[in-house]
Amino acid sequence: MTEPLPVPASSTGGAGTGDLAIRTERLTKQFRSGQVAVDGIDLHVPRGAVYGFLGPNGSGKTTTIRMLLGLVRPTSGHAELLGGRMPEAGLDVLPRVGALVEGPAFHPYLTGRANLARLDASDATANPRTSRRRSDEALERVGLSAAASKPYRQYSLGMKQRLGLAAALLRPRELLVLDEPTNGLDPQGTREVRHLVRELADGGSTVLVSSHLLAEIEQVCSHIGIMGRGRLLLQGDRGELTARGAARVLVQTSSDHVAAVAEVLAALGMAEVSVEGTTVTALLDDTPPEKVSAAIVHAGVDLLGLEVRRPNLEQIFVELTGEGFDVAR
Amino acid sequence: MSLVDLPEAPSTRGALGRLARSELRLVFGRRRNIVLLIGLALVPLVLGLVLFLTQDSALGGQGPGFIGNVTGNGLFLVVAALFICLPFLLPLTIGIASGDSVAGEASAGTLRYLLVVPVSRTRLLGVKALGALLFAGAAVLSIAVVGLVAGAVFFGLRDITLLSGTTVPLLDGVVRVAGIVAYVGLSMTGLVAVGLFFSTLTEVPVGAMAATVVVAIVSGVLDQLPALHVIAPALLTHHWLGFAEFLRLEPDWGVLGQGLTLQAAWVAIFGALAWSRFTTADVSS
Repeated sequence: MTEPLPVPASSTGGAGTGDLAIRTERLTKQFRSGQVAVDGIDLHVPRGAVYGFLGPNGSGKTTTIRMLLGLVRPTSGHAELLGGRMPEAGLDVLPRVGALVEGPAFHPYLTGRANLARLDASDATANPRTSRRRSDEALERVGLSAAASKPYRQYSLGMKQRLGLAAALLRPRELLVLDEPTNGLDPQGTREVRHLVRELADGGSTVLVSSHLLAEIEQVCSHIGIMGRGRLLLQGDRGELTARGAARVLVQTSSDHVAAVAEVLAALGMAEVSVEGTTVTALLDDTPPEKVSAAIVHAGVDLLGLEVRRPNLEQIFVELTGEGFDVAR
Repeated sequence: MSLVDLPEAPSTRGALGRLARSELRLVFGRRRNIVLLIGLALVPLVLGLVLFLTQDSALGGQGPGFIGNVTGNGLFLVVAALFICLPFLLPLTIGIASGDSVAGEASAGTLRYLLVVPVSRTRLLGVKALGALLFAGAAVLSIAVVGLVAGAVFFGLRDITLLSGTTVPLLDGVVRVAGIVAYVGLSMTGLVAVGLFFSTLTEVPVGAMAATVVVAIVSGVLDQLPALHVIAPALLTHHWLGFAEFLRLEPDWGVLGQGLTLQAAWVAIFGALAWSRFTTADVSS
């Protein structure tokens, strides 16, 4: 099995070090229990990117995010956020960062709006005169205006998640770090979050969005990083990553000609030829698809359909880790 | 348009005031804390009522400490109520508020969001300490104020007879009782610092609260053991009853000074421990 290697930093969208919103170097966290939660990762998030930070539960995403935000100190290596080294630069850098970390958390007996006011009052660089307006705008943006005066404990899981997003959006941010923002949301809410992420990116913000559900956010991402067992298994431009996966050709033919097609494909030097019903598949490798169709026609075999299928990220992930995406350790 | 919000950066002091006000609203707006204050305020009220109803019976005028004096002068109701609350109810109330200060935010998960706002950890701890200290002050005051009012209503306020038997004018008495209230309030600061430290150690507020209360109780018990008289002067509660000096004709300021110095030492030690712990700990809640 060929093992795709992690993409080196130079290929992350051609961004130089200075253009990175997030950069980590051999970032490592070993807990006191001895467990290595994050194992020497080099995360590179270019400015302006929507970076999908993916991996199963327990793969080290949240611990990485906690280190990025200065909540947890790395055991070794270091992390830079918007050019500032964390956690030391936190007070300078974090006002420009909105974050949702491991689910929303607010005071249950305060209303949604009072909770936002509490956070805004804690922000030494926020303007108190615009606090109310900014809170209302943030609530509006996540569709929570109607529930703004309800105590947080009466919120549904989806509403809590939205309030968490509103808190991240209290001020314009250069960078948003959204850990599992779609948790607890229904499909409609998930679509809204995707829309919001796209909107933020269009507005010039960099977004790091983590998820254990790859399919939910894959489509909005310009860049992808995949974690598994504390390591960054793969990262880079999404298009490049998927293009790198081994493509297969699928040929539809009539039942009489299945064997003939298989012979043609084998004759072209293609590997892993297999038959399933009236479909013959093989590893495409470098063979141009038009050469395949020409060869089949030339052999006088029925060609009812031909498709080139590239693996999606989920398949790449399974290939990399040998385990399903939703499997916790 | 609304995306630009930069030309502001208010003064740091204004920002600190804003955070402090927010914290105080949180502490004093919380129903549990209000209930605690009301509970403490009920002590002088109930005590006053019981003494008022029984003052003509055979039991009238008896009781430990300052309780026997209450029926003669309402001013003593303040002192008696504080005396009753000192061993357990005040430490309990203060243990709950200070033990909850940081651990409560940690267990709710709100601590991580405060820190990424960002709030400097030192500043947050300072504001948490302020909230817990003022709550402790409010706890003592709620006993004192209700005690004074109830004492005045039930028994009237008059010139006060001191422990030595000398009688001094009412105004002098009021000043002395105010001194007692202030001394008891300041005597709680060490315990607040202990609670704050425990609060930085855990994400389980109840644990920090219980540990704080236990410290006060154990200190009180150890203080009773003659075998430990060597360490007794360093115990948190050792000088708590020193407030009685205010009821002597010539208070021994040395005793009161020792009490306050002892509290300052506990505040310094446990404040430093809390700071060093909180500013370096990983926040994984």
